[in-house]
Amino acid sequence: MFCDVCKSKEATVFLTQIIEGKMQKVNLCEGCSKEKGVNDPTGFALADLLLGLGAAQEIEKNPAGIRCPVCGFSQADFKKTGRLGCSACYDTFAEGLSGMLKNMHRGTVHTGKVPAKLAGARQRNQELAKLREELDRAVVAEQFEEAAGLRDRIRRLENEAREAEPAPNRIAELTAGDAEPLVPKPRQKP
Amino acid sequence: MKLSRIIANTGEWLSGSGPHDQIVVSSRVRLARNLRGKPFPGWAKKAERVAVLEEIRSAVEGLPEMEHSFSEKLEDLSPLEKQVLMERHLISREHAARGAGSAVVMNEAQTLSFMINEEDHLRMQAIRAGLQLEEVYRMINQTDSELEEKLDFAFHDDLGYLTACPTNVGTGMRASAMMHLPGLVMSEQVNKIINSVNKIGLAVRGLHGEGTEAMGNLFQVSNQTTLGEAEEEIIARLNRVIAQILEHEQNARQILLQQRPETLLDQIGRAYGILCHAHSITSKEALNLLSFIKMGVDLGLFPSKSRLQVDELFIETQPAHLQKGLHAAKMGAEERDSLRAALIRAKLKQMPEPEIGKIPTNGFCNSSPSTGEQS
Repeated sequence: MFCDVCKSKEATVFLTQIIEGKMQKVNLCEGCSKEKGVNDPTGFALADLLLGLGAAQEIEKNPAGIRCPVCGFSQADFKKTGRLGCSACYDTFAEGLSGMLKNMHRGTVHTGKVPAKLAGARQRNQELAKLREELDRAVVAEQFEEAAGLRDRIRRLENEAREAEPAPNRIAELTAGDAEPLVPKPRQKP
Repeated sequence: MKLSRIIANTGEWLSGSGPHDQIVVSSRVRLARNLRGKPFPGWAKKAERVAVLEEIRSAVEGLPEMEHSFSEKLEDLSPLEKQVLMERHLISREHAARGAGSAVVMNEAQTLSFMINEEDHLRMQAIRAGLQLEEVYRMINQTDSELEEKLDFAFHDDLGYLTACPTNVGTGMRASAMMHLPGLVMSEQVNKIINSVNKIGLAVRGLHGEGTEAMGNLFQVSNQTTLGEAEEEIIARLNRVIAQILEHEQNARQILLQQRPETLLDQIGRAYGILCHAHSITSKEALNLLSFIKMGVDLGLFPSKSRLQVDELFIETQPAHLQKGLHAAKMGAEERDSLRAALIRAKLKQMPEPEIGKIPTNGFCNSSPSTGEQS
């Protein structure tokens, strides 16, 4: 599970607070918890801490959390049923799901069968992702000659992808960053 | 094809034969698939479910291997008919509970079956007698490849096949073997084995899958994880574990035979006695006693031609199968218990008494303790 603030480091500090009868959970990495001064979680609202004052009321208004733009399924629905609404939900709730999938399965990437008509597109997408990463590294390292070469290869591949039919391998163009993490079902107090 | 024809004939997985079929009753592989861009059945509106049903059903019925098939909407099946299919493992409990927008399609041999709009848009399974998971996977994989030409399956570059429940994402595959393990139960080793199997990401469950009780010493061993390993790797891992359980079961029977032959004979003899003379018996008791008779056949105490008869009783004594030929209203439990006892008495009358003198001292007939081909 990743830290709710920096969204990059593994969360090690878990806070739970009841605000007006509603349970709120926040997961932080060590660095962010120190930076936010989390040592006495009783003194303030967690949401205010993380999202600025007044945010707790905002969440109150929309307790279901984020909804899938394709099928309208919400985080609350998932907590209730344990099932997702449509295939696009995997992108909508990607952030929360990734930790869950990691615990559930032996790996995080599918290595088995690929539908024959998608195999080419999938290979291209994986190649593209690798090249983009290399490009970023080259730019940071100021190796501009290499970067230019990488950029050309990326463009070629992108053109190929556009020409190939069908290519809608990605279900929804969503940035995972604006998704709120799925938190596990709060445990009922006896 | 009429359902009555399906019901009248037991499936190939029961009447047929396969490697190690004395202990491994059947091998099954199911694949979960969904259509791209359509909400999963649990979240879809009725009209959406019906549209998905039509699209998938016509694709499935058009498969060459489904030329002689039975296909029916669940809403057009009676509760009893649904339960018969469930007792045969052709549809799941969850699927039986669904109404409008769901359907089932199966071939005549009942080796291939398709549940449309269960938890996922499509769940297809292949099932065969004995231990032959690779062959069963080959069958269902070919069917899947034929279907993907006609249907757009939801597939994610990183996560593989997308399913309603995150526990099935990736391969969408559940491979399982139904094992008959009376030796391990009698020698009280079965819990130890269940625990150690669960630790390595495989599951051992009761007769009808998740959350069901183990009856008749029947256990279902299956993979629990679906993401991060290829289908062949999952099956190879499962096969290794099944081969080990098989060997443990054979050893347990051997040890019982050598160290506690009286206990073993007593159990089989009592089971035969009760089944021959009972006038009311629950399905749980019947299954548990039939398990000893089945082991008795393995031991050579009953003629081997009785095997199919005994195996069929495992299914024929299930509540819905008991009532399948009768057009009467749904029976009460007491009525079923006496009907079940009568059926078993009639069948066992055709079987001779156990020949205690025939008990082998150096092993089981037709079952070598080595499982070399699996390792």
